[in-house]
Amino acid sequence: MEQLLNDFLLSKAWYFIAARGLTAIVILMSIAAYAVLLERKASAWIQGRVGPNRTNHPLIAWIPFVGTFLQKGGFIQPAADGLKFLFKEDPLPGHVRKTTYILAPIVALAPALLALVMLPFGRLPTGEVITLCPGADIGVLFMFAISSLGVYGIALAGWSANSKYPFLGAVRGSAQLISYELAMGLSVLTVFLATATADQDNALSLVSMVDAQKGVWNIFYHPIAALVFLICIFAEANRHPFDMPESETDLVGGFHTEYGSFKFGLFFVAEYSHMIIGSSLFIVMFLGGWHFVPGMPVLGSGLFAALFGVAWFFFKLCAFLFFFVWVRWTIPRFRYDQVMRIGWRVLLPVAVLNLIAYFLWYAIKG
Amino acid sequence: MAIKVVERRPLSLAERTYLPQILAGLKVTWDNMLRPPVTLQYPEERPTIPNGYRGVPTLVRDPNGREKCVSCQLCEFVCPPKAIRITPGEIAPTASNAHVEKAPQEFEINMLRCIYCGLCQEVCPEEAIWLQSQYSMTGTNREMMVNNKAKLYELGGTLPDSHYKWDRKKAEAERQSESGH
Repeated sequence: MEQLLNDFLLSKAWYFIAARGLTAIVILMSIAAYAVLLERKASAWIQGRVGPNRTNHPLIAWIPFVGTFLQKGGFIQPAADGLKFLFKEDPLPGHVRKTTYILAPIVALAPALLALVMLPFGRLPTGEVITLCPGADIGVLFMFAISSLGVYGIALAGWSANSKYPFLGAVRGSAQLISYELAMGLSVLTVFLATATADQDNALSLVSMVDAQKGVWNIFYHPIAALVFLICIFAEANRHPFDMPESETDLVGGFHTEYGSFKFGLFFVAEYSHMIIGSSLFIVMFLGGWHFVPGMPVLGSGLFAALFGVAWFFFKLCAFLFFFVWVRWTIPRFRYDQVMRIGWRVLLPVAVLNLIAYFLWYAIKG
Repeated sequence: MAIKVVERRPLSLAERTYLPQILAGLKVTWDNMLRPPVTLQYPEERPTIPNGYRGVPTLVRDPNGREKCVSCQLCEFVCPPKAIRITPGEIAPTASNAHVEKAPQEFEINMLRCIYCGLCQEVCPEEAIWLQSQYSMTGTNREMMVNNKAKLYELGGTLPDSHYKWDRKKAEAERQSESGH
């Protein structure tokens, strides 16, 4: 049993790699689906409503208590939503550029799934790290590089739709990504400056980043970097208050105005996947990854500690997704010029000054 | 004209970062999240209809079971969207209320046209047509959305009457004929 678990987590045989990949996609897709449910439920609670509580299947409704609970909690709603997207008519508007129009949702979703392979979830008792692609040392670079590619999906969608609102949405999305990527990179650099040591050859690995937070989490050492990074992941994931590419109120639906049915569903999942990646990065870099609480990295021992670490990581992830949703239903959207001003004239200088301050501090300290 | 100069205080650094305001906003939404929902679970829970609610127009009977409408057609005339159609009829001379002379033979209100303005109720000299508490009219085809006379009386039922106008008229007429006038 333990051998099989070890193989499943660490083996380099192609079937274990495929199994890991499938598991990751299934888990990511279901988290994305249930993040949509969380979004609908939390928005309902904030607005004094009840949220989805009707969807059910006769077979499930037949189970006493559990069936009612699942229905009231809306837990079957994501399945209904997914099926709706799947079985709707898939129209292809006459005025679009067909190849890129079909390509865009794929280009939006693929990087979001791909970025996940470098994410470390936990650590086995033997010391190996639980991740999809064990042994790679460039974690953070890869994740930033790949997850930023997602904007190509938005740009392609806006361009191929061949109408003005999607085009405006795509332009805004691209401009926003470029503006916030800089501040994001600088804030991350500050943290790596602190955690990496000179003789380390895997200084940019997310695993060593988590290991450096065994005692105190990075958010306490680098509050400003954490704040800048937090704002930037909101912007990178195109979430409120930075949902420039969509802006329903002024751009109809933004980049996905011309999309329907399953293609729109793919954009939807991609947006939530970006939320998941952003949250995971924040947790790994600032909130101690799979460590339990500051000052007490492990709870229990052996295999239990490892599995609890993974579960705790997912708990943090869910809490962070809830934070995303909570912020969305609290703050109105910034205007486009305000987004640009915050990005270039506030976040970038703050991130640069923060970096210089830490440089000086380490230079003086030696 | 007096000009009142409003002091525009420059924003403090904390205000310009937006952060305290955002935290205050998060507090507001958090408090809201803990409050019970105000939504009514509609088909299971029904709203309480206040008095004087103007729902679907209906025809009513008086407590003696007599239909109050005398088919004067004022409502048909006043109805802005022309939703009402009345076919007037005579009351049989042998009936106990023969002195009322007229009653509708057919009375139709097309609920696809009705705008619930209540002018029919306002104009009715007999207080025979009332907009009552029925608020949900549904049907699967156009014919089902036209209320005929039977349906209108079924919806309307009986309302209390403080006048008994036609009973008093009948009694008066009988008294006068007895005294020979």
